[in-house]
Amino acid sequence: MAATIPHAGRPVDRRGILIELGGTALVVFALTVSLVGFHIKDISGGIALDLRFVDVASAVAIAIVVRGWLILMRHGHHRVVAASAAAVAAVLVVSLLFGGAGVQPWLPFKAQLLQWLLAVLSAGFAIGSAVRMARERRPVLSGAGAAQDGAQDGAAPDEQAALMDRVSAQVQRNALWIGAVLFLAAAAFPFMPGVNLQYLDIAVLVLTYIMLGWGLNIVVGLAGLLDLGYVAFYAVGAYSFALFASPDSPLLQDLGWTEGVSFWLCLPFAGLMAALAGVALGFPVLRLRGDYLAIVTLGFGEMIRVTLLNFYSLTKGPDGISNIPPPSLLGYSTQSKMDEETLENTTEFHTAMGWEFDQADTTILLYFVILAMALATNFFTVRVRKLPVGRAWEALREDEIACRSLGINPTNTKLTAFGFGAMFGGFAGSFFATRQTFVSPESFTFIESAVILAIVVLGGFGSQIGVVVAAFLLIGLPEIFRELQEYRMLFFGGSMVLIMLWRPAGLLAHREPTIRMHGRRARASTGSGG
Amino acid sequence: MTAPERMELPGDTAVNGSTGNGNAGGAPLLTVEHLTMRFGGLVAIDDVSFRAEDRKITAIIGPNGAGKTTVFNCLTGFYKPTVGRLTLQREGRAPAYLERMEGFRIAGEARVARTFQNIRLFPKMTLLENLVVAQHNKLMRASGYTVRGLFGFGYGREEQKAVEQARYWLEQIGLVDRADDDADSLPYGDQRRLEIARAMCTEPVLLCLDEPAAGLNPRESADLNALLTFIRNEHRIGILLIEHDMSVVMQISDHIVVLDYGRKISDGDPEFVRQDPAVIRAYLGEEEEEDLPDIVRQDLSADDAGGAGAPS
Ligand SMILES: Nc1ncnc2c1ncn2[C@@H]1O[C@H](COP(=O)(O)OP(=O)(O)OP(=O)(O)O)[C@@H](O)[C@H]1O
Ligand SMILES: [Mg+2]
Repeated sequence: MAATIPHAGRPVDRRGILIELGGTALVVFALTVSLVGFHIKDISGGIALDLRFVDVASAVAIAIVVRGWLILMRHGHHRVVAASAAAVAAVLVVSLLFGGAGVQPWLPFKAQLLQWLLAVLSAGFAIGSAVRMARERRPVLSGAGAAQDGAQDGAAPDEQAALMDRVSAQVQRNALWIGAVLFLAAAAFPFMPGVNLQYLDIAVLVLTYIMLGWGLNIVVGLAGLLDLGYVAFYAVGAYSFALFASPDSPLLQDLGWTEGVSFWLCLPFAGLMAALAGVALGFPVLRLRGDYLAIVTLGFGEMIRVTLLNFYSLTKGPDGISNIPPPSLLGYSTQSKMDEETLENTTEFHTAMGWEFDQADTTILLYFVILAMALATNFFTVRVRKLPVGRAWEALREDEIACRSLGINPTNTKLTAFGFGAMFGGFAGSFFATRQTFVSPESFTFIESAVILAIVVLGGFGSQIGVVVAAFLLIGLPEIFRELQEYRMLFFGGSMVLIMLWRPAGLLAHREPTIRMHGRRARASTGSGG
Repeated sequence: MTAPERMELPGDTAVNGSTGNGNAGGAPLLTVEHLTMRFGGLVAIDDVSFRAEDRKITAIIGPNGAGKTTVFNCLTGFYKPTVGRLTLQREGRAPAYLERMEGFRIAGEARVARTFQNIRLFPKMTLLENLVVAQHNKLMRASGYTVRGLFGFGYGREEQKAVEQARYWLEQIGLVDRADDDADSLPYGDQRRLEIARAMCTEPVLLCLDEPAAGLNPRESADLNALLTFIRNEHRIGILLIEHDMSVVMQISDHIVVLDYGRKISDGDPEFVRQDPAVIRAYLGEEEEEDLPDIVRQDLSADDAGGAGAPS
């Protein structure tokens, strides 16, 4: 086929290219016209349909240009791509920086952020094609001119994959350092300039999801049990916490208690309840494998949510439980809006210290508590992987039948994985409850399980740092990019698809052995020798 | 469970007596009595009885589909036998009735280890990890069922011992250098031997090997023979071996049991089995039947009804 001939100046299959470009345009048009083109707006006295065909047109145009660049690169026209992409990037950056309001209508999108992403994308193309151009200039073996395009095309992704493999291997090996740096950065975060309440709040949310990710990682990543109902344990944790912490909870009112139980008692209680729920679910279903297990756990997740919705006398159903206080500190409350009555027998921390009340301080406290908790979770997981039970989890994931033939009790081993995983879900639920000050069944839908699972899968099964990175990508970025509004989910989905195409095993998928006989250096030397 | 009128153990005594070359000396480690396994209408094993002795290699041979793997699956708790008694008798201990035990307990408590016809290693774990996982129960106790291990008290020493044990077996199979590589990076023959090493790390008294020589080249096959002889002589355990490769079987086994269509058709030492017309018929096909009907029938009946001296 003519299209596979690599070098410039050779006949090119124009019809094929046109079909490719047309197809791209059609797909992008079909996607954007429904997602972006019609926008329903609330206006006073009703809703209005906002037609944004300019955005659709620009999206299609951009897709055609990008696809064109890709085609050109495939045919070896790196110079053309480098030049045009650099030009586009430069124009965008200059007009964004210096253009002011005057050029705004001429840029493809309304949202600033999209323009910047576009600029970055073009710059990426410029750099990528420049690098390839440089590589081709290098002296190559004789006959390379006739080298097949397929080989060239194949080599580059392989190289990239190998690079990413090496990166993830390095990350896993230096996990201790990276972890320490990340931790210091996290500890310093609340005091950095420019960090406001909103960012802190997002950080607490991201940390909650990191904990959830780490918890699910034990079940899915280590033990290989596909759990689609992990949100159930999150919900059990959140409700166990809320039922005892909130003075408004029906349970406490029934008991005749006027005050909520301290955060520091409710937290371990919530973890315990979630772990019990994990074991209780695990008991009947762990005989099932693979898809069957996934379906049953999915059902369990829904069961918990529906129960919470209908058990009105305990959970207040869809009304939820509100008024959940933030963590107390040294026995003092850290709330501000106390009514007269409770003020009489409670002292607030800021009053005791003689400080002005600041909502940010409460959030900072919550942030540090959850950071400490996340650290403990991480310590636990890293440590437990090197213990017999952790190795048995991994062995079970690899081959359950072999495990049985070695005297490992599969049921107990799976139950511990389920229990521990659920416990961390329960802790995360507690943090969720205090952060929101309100829980309702609405927060614990299937989509939540899916997001947590996505964090684990995207990060790379079993990778602790991978979960952190993925939680940032999936939770942090969408929150920060709220400006993008409805494009947000488009980006979310798009980037998921891209990452899965690029690294199907997850971003940082690399398994570091739990124990070594020869140490790392010895291995490196024998590795290069053989 | 067993039919009362057939409590005596047929086989061994008569057969060995007839060849004058018994297995005297070894204690009966495993006694299989009237083992029957049905899958719906299919009778995979039909009333098979035999013994495997301590410090001996007992081979189970037979054509494809004869029920050899099914015997192993019954022994190691993957299947629950329809009928039969499987007794493991260790010196100075109460007998263990394998047919009543859960699979993982058979390995952990009765100490019967096995390998699989299609290798079942932990592919994405290293060689060392494979061998350490095999010592799970011991290490689990050492780590105080995880509680103590989390804080590191006294667990390190036990783990070190486990690593030494693993190193010992890696030395025996010549793979110490590759201890930190993933198991699936090994060539096929090495994977087979690693699986044996892993089974040995559970410190078994009976080792069941399902076609360990399948797919090996002659040199690997010779290595395997050496390894099995070494295990029998140095570690003094019983070995139960399923094998198609007659060179392996005839060279190293002390005792051979032949199955065909789920029935035991012969049982004795290699010399006896090699010349047993029933075996020749089973392996060479039906056309020989006309030539040997009487001898065969005699032999089969000797198999079924012979022998006294059954252990209680
Ligand atoms: N789980 C099962 N369900 C139904 N039938 C089974 C099952 N396991 C084994 N069988 C049947 O039992 C018979 C004996 O099988 P088995 O695997 O024990 O043979 P084998 O002697 O190991 O053969 P090979 O030499 O091919 O490994 C076969 O007919 C097989 O189809
Ligand atoms: Mg078989």
